[in-house]
Amino acid sequence: MAVAARPIPRAQQHAQEHDDPREHLMHDPKPRGEMNAMVLESMHTAGWRFYAATGVLMLLVLTCFFYAWYYMIANGLGVAGVNRPVFWGIFLVNTVFWIGISHAGTFISAILRVMKIEGRRPFTRAAELMTTFGLVQAGASIFMHMGRVWLAYWLFPFPNERGLWPNFHSPLMWDFLAINTYLLCSTMYLFLPLLPDIAMVRDHTTGWRKVPYRILSLGFRGTEGEWKNLQTAMNIFAFAIIPVMFSVHTIVSWDFAMAMRPGWSSSVFGPYFVVGALHSGMAAVAIVLFMIRSTMKHMTYFIRPEHFNLIGKLMLIVSMTWAYFYFNDYLVPWYGGDKWEKLLQEFTEKGPLWYLWYIMLIANIAVPWLILWNRKWRSTPWLLATVGVIINIGMWIERYVIIPEGLTINRMPFTWRLYVPAVEIFLTIGTISLFMLLYMLASRLIPIIPVWEVQEGQAAHMLRKVGKAQVSTVSDIE
Amino acid sequence: MSTELGLPVFTNTSEEDLGGRWGMVIDQDICTGCQACVAACAMENNIPFVGEVDAAYGRSLQWIRIERFWEGTFPEVKMTPYQPMMCQQCHRAPCEPVCPVFASVHSAAEDLNLQVYNRCVGTRYCSNNCPYQARTFNWRDYTDSSLHPELTTLHNQLNPSVTVRRRGIMEKCTFCIQRIRQSEDAAKAENRELQDGEVVPACAQACPADAIVFGRIDDPESRVSQAARSARGYHHLEELGTLPRVTYLKGETDGRRG
Repeated sequence: MAVAARPIPRAQQHAQEHDDPREHLMHDPKPRGEMNAMVLESMHTAGWRFYAATGVLMLLVLTCFFYAWYYMIANGLGVAGVNRPVFWGIFLVNTVFWIGISHAGTFISAILRVMKIEGRRPFTRAAELMTTFGLVQAGASIFMHMGRVWLAYWLFPFPNERGLWPNFHSPLMWDFLAINTYLLCSTMYLFLPLLPDIAMVRDHTTGWRKVPYRILSLGFRGTEGEWKNLQTAMNIFAFAIIPVMFSVHTIVSWDFAMAMRPGWSSSVFGPYFVVGALHSGMAAVAIVLFMIRSTMKHMTYFIRPEHFNLIGKLMLIVSMTWAYFYFNDYLVPWYGGDKWEKLLQEFTEKGPLWYLWYIMLIANIAVPWLILWNRKWRSTPWLLATVGVIINIGMWIERYVIIPEGLTINRMPFTWRLYVPAVEIFLTIGTISLFMLLYMLASRLIPIIPVWEVQEGQAAHMLRKVGKAQVSTVSDIE
Repeated sequence: MSTELGLPVFTNTSEEDLGGRWGMVIDQDICTGCQACVAACAMENNIPFVGEVDAAYGRSLQWIRIERFWEGTFPEVKMTPYQPMMCQQCHRAPCEPVCPVFASVHSAAEDLNLQVYNRCVGTRYCSNNCPYQARTFNWRDYTDSSLHPELTTLHNQLNPSVTVRRRGIMEKCTFCIQRIRQSEDAAKAENRELQDGEVVPACAQACPADAIVFGRIDDPESRVSQAARSARGYHHLEELGTLPRVTYLKGETDGRRG
């Protein structure tokens, strides 16, 4: 049989043939010393804009976080908007929201590290920092919520003369222990890959500034044995922190799912909350990367459209998963037709706050689905960051719909009352400001880019020619 | 002590004598909705006035409230009987397992739900999990005389047998446990058994229609047990399996009204 040889039309060429491989960070290597100098310079550079922003944030933290909290402690929770049916208000919304933000760090860092997704390399640290700083806000929000926060230490299982222990039957107790575990694990997991970079900074610092880096680097010199131990420890932590991450948000969801309430008592809440956490977390990573790229020096070299493309793809997948779980959580009570569930669904969709429900669906499903399918759009940093902001607003509203709105409708219709937030609004601004402030300070104190990881990746990558195509190869050295 | 599943039980297991199993019957058919029980409860249990603004916002601290529901607009209004609602002293109380610090506990002796004020840290999980919404929270220091100066004189009539609560803690109906204890002590001092009708909580004492009956439900001959066996009797949200101790009577089947 004769085969008619036809030339391949130009239009059918593969997309990557047009790409210049040097657009990718891994194929655009720089000498070690130069890259170290770039990261160090990004840490040293702090213009008037940095100081102005830090000053404003400090002012906001002092007023909206510390003073507002002091005011609430001094006067009781009456200055907040919580009332009889809505015993849990925006404080718990913020707690769930910040734990959600904190999930992205572990997801990006641990899961992508374990799966050896090479695109993760320049922004693992930026994501890990979000975990630790997000958990600080979540913990603060829980303590703000307590009626007598000065007795919060009673939640710790410590031996005391009264012979009293905390109640391990309470989901709040599980929550408390889970968040503590996650905070400890994620801080250690942040610290381990930071060690070589701290040592790098130590070697390039003089004077009194050298002292903290010398202490924090734990005498790391970069010998083969040290690297081997570090890799082993990071590997153990990367695997171990994944189940911790999943359990934390599942346990947070149990605070609601274990309660005997219409709208809350749902067996799908565990995975639904985990996916919701990833949804807001991935979106927050996009925002943070955009901020780092556009405000810090040399960051356009490290954080490139390809990384926004990767995060955009993950955001789209997570958005679809979230929609799937939301549909499950919605359909089953709707089909079941329980009286109270039905009343609650009618309240969220047609009640006085009906618009929140629609904003939630548009921001969490419509916006990401309509924008993120396009590679060019999701590779555009400012557009992806805007989508990230919209998704975060949508996910915050989702928690608002679940917690205060879910509490408005209960089995005693006589007590139904609307919830009007008061001091909570300031404290929400306060937690956001504190998060941003911590992040800005950290960006000047520690290398926000894991330099050694980027260098390792660049050393492992090479281009080979297969026929006329250039193929990117990576040697598996982990 | 453990359940048949071998799980530890987080209840009071001290070797006390079993006290009375206390219960209540509320006859909605003869309740006039006069709110005397609400006032008496506030007097007896040092429940502060929260002021108009907070009360309208759903922060009144009433341990007992009169619920009324109606359908339609005047003059075609269809009303249901008044429904006094308070802590149902559930045998299997949803509020108890969720408290992280054991502030909401079950008394093995009386089978009542106790709220330990000085243990409460104010997470408010118990009130979220209470299907009867019977728990109230001290949103402010309502006993602070600077909050409502016009009500300061009311602080002179506080009941010395009941704790005055501060801000940030949960509270709820106790079945007037201070009165139960006083009557028990009196009977013990006179070396006799407690008589039926000797313990009267403030709401029952104040009820002009005698719609609230209180007593021991482990004694089949007591007035409350007899009333609870009425064909009109029902429990609120029985389907949740909380086993409440308050029986409501409704239905006018024995012709006591109209």
